[in-house]
Amino acid sequence: MLIAKKQRAPASTKTAAGRNYKWLMVKRNKALYLFILPAFLYFFIFAYIPMYGVQIAFKDFIATKGFGGSPWADPLFKHFITFFSSVRFGEIFWNTIRISLYYLLISFPAPIILALMINEVRGTRFKKLVQNITYMPYFISTVVLVGMIDLFFSNSGLVNQLTGLFGLEPVLFLQKEALFDHMYVWSGVWQATGYGSVIYFAALAGVSPELHEAATIDGATRLQRVIHVNIPAIMPTIIIMLIISVGGIMNLSFEKVLLMQKDINIASSEVISTYVYKLGIQKAQYSLSSAVGLFNNLINLALLIMVNRVARKVGETSLW
Amino acid sequence: MQVQETKADKLFNTTNIVILVVILLLTLYPLWFIVSASISNPDLVNSGKMLLWPKDISFAGYKSIFHDSSILRGYFNTILYTVGGTVINLIVTVMAGYALSRKDFVGGKFFTIMFLITMFFSGGLIPTFMTVKSVGLYNSPWVMVILGATSMTNIIITRTFFQTTIPTEVQEAAQIDGCSNIRLFLQVVLPLSSAIVAVMALFSAVAHWNGYFTALIYIRDEQWKPLQIVLRETLLKSQFNANLLQQGGDTAGLLQEELRAAEQIKYALIVIASLPVMAMYPFVQKYFVKGVTLGSVKG
Repeated sequence: MLIAKKQRAPASTKTAAGRNYKWLMVKRNKALYLFILPAFLYFFIFAYIPMYGVQIAFKDFIATKGFGGSPWADPLFKHFITFFSSVRFGEIFWNTIRISLYYLLISFPAPIILALMINEVRGTRFKKLVQNITYMPYFISTVVLVGMIDLFFSNSGLVNQLTGLFGLEPVLFLQKEALFDHMYVWSGVWQATGYGSVIYFAALAGVSPELHEAATIDGATRLQRVIHVNIPAIMPTIIIMLIISVGGIMNLSFEKVLLMQKDINIASSEVISTYVYKLGIQKAQYSLSSAVGLFNNLINLALLIMVNRVARKVGETSLW
Repeated sequence: MQVQETKADKLFNTTNIVILVVILLLTLYPLWFIVSASISNPDLVNSGKMLLWPKDISFAGYKSIFHDSSILRGYFNTILYTVGGTVINLIVTVMAGYALSRKDFVGGKFFTIMFLITMFFSGGLIPTFMTVKSVGLYNSPWVMVILGATSMTNIIITRTFFQTTIPTEVQEAAQIDGCSNIRLFLQVVLPLSSAIVAVMALFSAVAHWNGYFTALIYIRDEQWKPLQIVLRETLLKSQFNANLLQQGGDTAGLLQEELRAAEQIKYALIVIASLPVMAMYPFVQKYFVKGVTLGSVKG
């Protein structure tokens, strides 16, 4: 997926001829440097300068002095210590881990199962229909999705109306702290499963029919063929997607959590990213919130490297 | 070859189709309900008498939206940001993708690694916020079209497309004829690449249309707020009114009426905000799939 192809240098640079050839190429392709300039500038300004700015997590940031000019914090890990020893640390950390893992457990297999199911449909038209319809919710914005949750799950909302038809008592979904996780995870499944299945569906299209024929001759049922032919065939795709998902595990959809938060559920819905936002953007505690954000990013990075290493040891597929 | 279906296979097939139909209904019903509710009498919607087909049809919700200046302005801003942002995004992404797809681009490896790092590590929210402030984009409409101008994921997809669809021979032949890189790109490569331009335009347009977070952090002026922000404020406002109503007071009667109308406005707003993207969807769906699939091919 993200593996850069080894770009072969046109010629060895060790010899004079090679060096000359390289210069010739640089001169001949001057225009290509112009092509890459906008992207280079964009990443330099909006990715690399902020990376340089990460140091404010270890400083007492003063806006007028900038990233480099602000004085170092004393002790250096002051802001991290403040965060780890704060009253809310345990709660926020636990919320982040809990919601992330729950989301990963449900939302990761869902698109795989859907793709395998769609793949088993014989009729082309029904197959296309299911693909197109399940794909649709992906285009709804987060604001609209959360608006829909609020409307449908309100006390007199659609869900309570429907359960009322079966004589069930209305449930105050939005007031129940414990229900926040389920609402977050399952609305996400509703929105993104169809989109996520596209990639597996493309991988399934590449499974050779001969394998299926051989399995059929050996007397395998359809279900057995799905399990023993299709799933192994898309395993590399599954592994790559898993590495990427785990590497972003702490980046819950910040937008969605923030929009779904209410005073009433804050104890179970405050996660690291929303906390960073409130601390930094709303309360202007720049250094402290940078430290919290860095802590979050480092966990992600460590997980990514770890999962990638495991994948490389166990199987043949890995990100690098 | 066709083997006779066994009982187990028939059962498997039926179960599969039944579950898929249930999934279809679960996906469609909420969307359908919103559309129906937006043109029904809000009292019937609230009391659960409208569950499928619109009842007591009225377009009052839509009418009041078109008389609301802040919603109209938000709508206009969003169109502006979507068009501007997509143009900038295309220029940056497609040009970089093309340069990186060329094997004879000396230094390509350096740029690739430099851009790849941004996928796995970022400065985080606060340093980025400070940077945006210091380059003077805070509270400026430009921030809405410049932030998110490109991403390495999209550059990789574009690069892969160029590597797999534009034959190297074509480029070499053109260069031997003394064709400059810029002419080669504009006259030979681009005409063959409408598919990738469409994919990138779509990714970008949907992201700009639905984006909320950038505006939440960087836009303060009322006049530059995009639709999603106005939408959020409107959805919350009526909640606030509902809370007031529960507390009672002198204005309760007036609020009651406003609240009744607000319910319908909410549904209508959701339709209005999602309609452009949804209406575009059937025409562009195949490009979207193509884009996602391209991204999965190893570069």
